[in-house]
Amino acid sequence: MRRNDSSSMTPPDAPVAPTPRPSRLPPHGGTLIRNVRRLDPSSGSDSIGDVAFRDGVIVDAAGGDFAEVIDGSGHWLLPGVVDLCARTREPGATQKGTMRSETHAALAAGITAICLPPDTRPVIDSTAMVNRVNRIAKAAAGTYVHMLGALTKGLDGEALAEISALKAAGCVGVSNGLTPMASALVARRALEYAASLGMTVHVVPLDAALANNGCAHEGAVATRLGLAPIPVAAEAVAMRQWISLVEDTGARIHFGRLSSARGVELLASAKRRGLPVTADVAAHQLFLSEHDLEGFNAMAHVLPPLRARADRDALRAAVGSGLIDAICSDHQPHEVDAKTNPLPLTEPGISAVDTLLPLSLRLVHDGLLSPLALAERLSAASSRILGLPAASLAPGAKADLCLVDPTNDWRLTPATINSVGRNTPFIGERFEGRAVRVWRG
Amino acid sequence: MSHPLQLTPDGRLRHLLSMEGLSKPLLTDILDQTERYAGGRGSRGRKVPLLHGKTVVNLFFEASTRTRTTFELAAKRLSADVINIQVASSSTAKGETLLDTLKTLEAMQVDMFVIRHEASGAAHFFAQHAAPGVAILNAGDGRHAHPTQALLDMFTIRRHRGEFSKLKVAIVGDILHSRVARSDIHALRTLGAAEIRVVGPRTLIPAGIEAMGVTVFNDLDAGLAGVDVIMLLRLQKERMVGAFLPSTGEFHRDFGLTKARLAKLPKDVLIMHPGPINRGVEIEGDVAYGDQSLILEQVEHGIAVRMAVMAMILGEDVRREA
Repeated sequence: MRRNDSSSMTPPDAPVAPTPRPSRLPPHGGTLIRNVRRLDPSSGSDSIGDVAFRDGVIVDAAGGDFAEVIDGSGHWLLPGVVDLCARTREPGATQKGTMRSETHAALAAGITAICLPPDTRPVIDSTAMVNRVNRIAKAAAGTYVHMLGALTKGLDGEALAEISALKAAGCVGVSNGLTPMASALVARRALEYAASLGMTVHVVPLDAALANNGCAHEGAVATRLGLAPIPVAAEAVAMRQWISLVEDTGARIHFGRLSSARGVELLASAKRRGLPVTADVAAHQLFLSEHDLEGFNAMAHVLPPLRARADRDALRAAVGSGLIDAICSDHQPHEVDAKTNPLPLTEPGISAVDTLLPLSLRLVHDGLLSPLALAERLSAASSRILGLPAASLAPGAKADLCLVDPTNDWRLTPATINSVGRNTPFIGERFEGRAVRVWRG
Repeated sequence: MSHPLQLTPDGRLRHLLSMEGLSKPLLTDILDQTERYAGGRGSRGRKVPLLHGKTVVNLFFEASTRTRTTFELAAKRLSADVINIQVASSSTAKGETLLDTLKTLEAMQVDMFVIRHEASGAAHFFAQHAAPGVAILNAGDGRHAHPTQALLDMFTIRRHRGEFSKLKVAIVGDILHSRVARSDIHALRTLGAAEIRVVGPRTLIPAGIEAMGVTVFNDLDAGLAGVDVIMLLRLQKERMVGAFLPSTGEFHRDFGLTKARLAKLPKDVLIMHPGPINRGVEIEGDVAYGDQSLILEQVEHGIAVRMAVMAMILGEDVRREA
């Protein structure tokens, strides 16, 4: 295990606190990180050298004195992770987590921005709600919080939300979450309307009728345990329908949380035909499978469900090739009671901001991703999908940065997890590598 | 995948949750113990003081008369004190969680809970949270398991056939929703049955069931050809909802066991059913009580097998390894 010898480094066992805000730094303070492996997806460069930033903006490292100098030897510097889907549970379900607890947990884990889906309570379907969430997020002062607006009013799937107003209020896309659309006709009109405003529609492809309130992948494990099954067709049917509507409308769609090999094939075929589609996968889908439900393990109860090992392998290959653009956390913290029940009665979801980067680093250790590709999947692709400024280490870019010790050996325990939600099947596991310093520009 | 949860460190029964993970010697031991309670006619109804001073609670979250009664009789014949609690799902919906219910009753010094619940995995959940010395006996959890039903089925088969290694068994009907089918399959496999078939329309056969070691048949006559034992399952009338089947009539025509179908099979084929039967649906009335039917014997053995399991779990002091 390698440790950085810089005394300014946060010890790996302590929670990593965000660096003081630039306004509180001495004037012309700034930070210089020396001899660090710079992973810059915007230029496609992976090189060892210095990076400096001052007042939240990356500057020329050769330009003068800096208040803080960090020896980055053996470390990687990448643009802060942009998480395409994380639920902070506030507003609406603060017994599971708060904006403060979850955005700080994310920040400590190397994530500098999250995207909140619209299924808060109340739903993010109005300017007033966007403003309210922005106020809460600003007061929490953790990661940046971007929002998807509701595609339909109250996510009812029937009447369009005021997408133009949501865009003006700052939403970076629209989505109906896991709630189904009333009909293909409404879905088509919603796509057309969003497209005319240049808004990407984020879709979690899961046909509600086929999913039929199930809780496990349809296959040998669900059959043996007697768990209500969700067939792969629930994903494939939904994807086919949305892709058909994209063919009609040319609207831009982002498929979130793919779970199956067939979903990967459909994505590949749509991309091959030049359709404007992108996709992400939750990190846990790349490591777990239906077998993790053995013994009625409620911690592995997620939607979409963990599928067969062949599905997991297809998802990994697609992340490796870049067919799947981004990896997200699909963070869903829960209070203890939500998982204290027989498995079918538990609430689905995994608390995942703590493990997004560490799990993704495993893909690098496994040889599936280069370090530069890691930065692409975690920061650059997600920034593009949300229409944010390009994730970059070049002077002039915002200093949203994540310093990673790729060899830091640590264990996820109830004591070391930063999220309020302890609901993760990875508790007790060892990880190699984590964020050791994070800066939000 | 085994369920060490239901075994003590030295491999004895701690709880009974599932047939999965029980070894052949342990299963055989349970069947041997059952012989003690299912003995000759003279022993019928005799009380033994084995569980004197123990308290057994039948905690049923699903309505049941037959199964609950056999558990109650079994416990009473072992001289245990028995309480029956029927929990309407509405009362748990009012706010008391399952865990609260368990802990509240545990505080009343209960030694064993016999639990039936509509969620698969409920018995595992209770066993995971049970206090040391409190045993859980699964009386049916969702579609997952009904271990005492499988044990009484195995006991009944063994009494008539002795050995499992040459047996071909067909399980017919609604396999998808059946905890009985799943438990019977595990038990038959463990005991070494030569062939296990599941027979039904594809809407009622769950995906990937072949992995449990069975062969799937969608045609009844083909599925019954050459079998020694036919295990019928109860078809819930509500299966018409959700488009599993068009009608009970059509199910009877294609998958019902009729005299005409039976006549084509050897005379020593055994017919079993966990009850209660739907006459004219999965089985014709005359067949249900014909010479080849073991249905009433199954009911009788149900008490003996439950006595054996309760005695094996509680008879030796489970508090010892707490």
